[in-house]
Amino acid sequence: MLTLTLKAEPKQRVDLSPLSGAPHLTVAEIAALKVWSGKKTLRMDELFQIEGEDTSRWVIRNANAKLDCIGKDGEDLDITVEGDAGAYLGMGLRSGRIRVTGNADLFAGCEMRGGLIQIDGNAGDFLGAALPGNKRGMRGGIVLVKGNAGDRLGDEMRRGIILVEGDAGDYCASRMIAGTVAVMGSTGRYLGYGLKRGTVLLWQQPAEMLPTFGDCGAHTLAYLPLWFASLSDLDSRFAASESVFKRVRRYGGDLAAVGRGEILIRSAGA
Amino acid sequence: MEINGVHIDETFAEAFPMKGTRALITAQNLEWAYHSARAMTGFATSVIACGCEAGIERELSPEETPDGRPGVSVLFFAMGGKALAKQVETRAGQCVLTSPTSALFAGIEEGKPVPLGKNLRFFGDGFQISKKIGGKRYWRVPVMDGEFLTEEFTYQVGAVGGGNFLILAESQPQALAACEAAVAAMKQVPNVIMPFPGGVVRSGSKVGSKYKALNASTNDAFCPTLKGVTKSQLSPEIESVMEIVIDGLTEEDIRRAMRAGIEAACALGAKNGIRRISAGNYGGKLGPFHFHLREIMA
Repeated sequence: MLTLTLKAEPKQRVDLSPLSGAPHLTVAEIAALKVWSGKKTLRMDELFQIEGEDTSRWVIRNANAKLDCIGKDGEDLDITVEGDAGAYLGMGLRSGRIRVTGNADLFAGCEMRGGLIQIDGNAGDFLGAALPGNKRGMRGGIVLVKGNAGDRLGDEMRRGIILVEGDAGDYCASRMIAGTVAVMGSTGRYLGYGLKRGTVLLWQQPAEMLPTFGDCGAHTLAYLPLWFASLSDLDSRFAASESVFKRVRRYGGDLAAVGRGEILIRSAGA
Repeated sequence: MEINGVHIDETFAEAFPMKGTRALITAQNLEWAYHSARAMTGFATSVIACGCEAGIERELSPEETPDGRPGVSVLFFAMGGKALAKQVETRAGQCVLTSPTSALFAGIEEGKPVPLGKNLRFFGDGFQISKKIGGKRYWRVPVMDGEFLTEEFTYQVGAVGGGNFLILAESQPQALAACEAAVAAMKQVPNVIMPFPGGVVRSGSKVGSKYKALNASTNDAFCPTLKGVTKSQLSPEIESVMEIVIDGLTEEDIRRAMRAGIEAACALGAKNGIRRISAGNYGGKLGPFHFHLREIMA
């Protein structure tokens, strides 16, 4: 295991994306890596105290919200971030796992392709979304948030699963193309705005439903137990048997967009 | 060789390579899973005219099925992968998609894909929903009773078809009783089916016919009513012969099933009119798999 301990809070935000190649680098090469911080470049060993030999697993200690792009475009990564992570956590991640013990900032898991991102705290806006101007958000893998998520969760998401144990902000699953967003807590305004396809799975009735969603009634869906079973390995309330249900009220929409999406709300007593 | 007074012929069953696959059908209860499975595996006794050979392998408890409902597993065998895929897809569309409360899943996880829901999804007319769960794609097709859930593919493997043995008895009821006992024992063996009605064939065939249009005809050497007019293989006391044909995923599966079946038939013994066990072959030149009865029962 490689331990990277942040020596002090950086003055500027730090772009850690060069670190995603670390599994293929030696410890000396990692120490010499140059990363951008504001308008300057810094050597990794200027920012971090580096210990350990095994570069396939790393722990970032004393982390804070100025550390951006952790695990960006990475493959077969195994990262634990002790503390907070900055923006673009696991952006474009292809495989492996990233766990953050604190909070993550904007655009966590955006455009990710595979793997697992677990955020034990809260996530910022645009979780699993597309970058501004891009047309495809997250397209594979799982993002698990144990706290709350911000606005525009899953914006233009194409495939994969976003799980939020807490609340989600406004425009949850907006313009979503496909995939599944599941929220155990409350959801904000404009839920499923522009939803094309895909599933929004809710444990609680939303405060308001867009008029462009049609009530399709209560149903027992056979696929839900299978879907829950696929989450059984997660360290999450989603893996608990008491969280499993298959009786839902189904709303189809957004009929102002493609309209093939669905919002499934756990039926009372299910 | 004799077992309980039953003579075991020194001969062998000759079997052929086939392509096989398994599908799992679940439903609200076992009765409805069986309705669907029986329809899906109907008219599938012989590849000669049915396109495939199929049968119900066994019942599945809710703990064994992907969606936690009761179900049955069905096996399909055909001479080639394309024929197998066509048969499975057509039968899934007509017999499982249509069956109330049913769902359809893969029963084999590796090999060449055989479409289940890949094309059936279009029945959803654009309202079908894809869900990728645990690396596998499922289709949710809206239907009048709710949703038809099906996996996109099952998978095919190399298999063996045409394992068989013959039960020769002093009377028709005695032959049938031995067959029933044999089939009941063989149904406990995994990875095999006995595709004929009730698992038993009464019209075993030989290759060729006096009629040019036919390439198979009645196996006159084993027809008891022809004992005096043809080159019969039956001794005077034999009045009825029945055959059990076995398709299996591997050679070893067929061997196990044959052993279980022959043991069960022989348990009735000579005192119940069971006199001989034989097997069908074409001289060993057509099929690469030879199941020697005495080796199996040794």
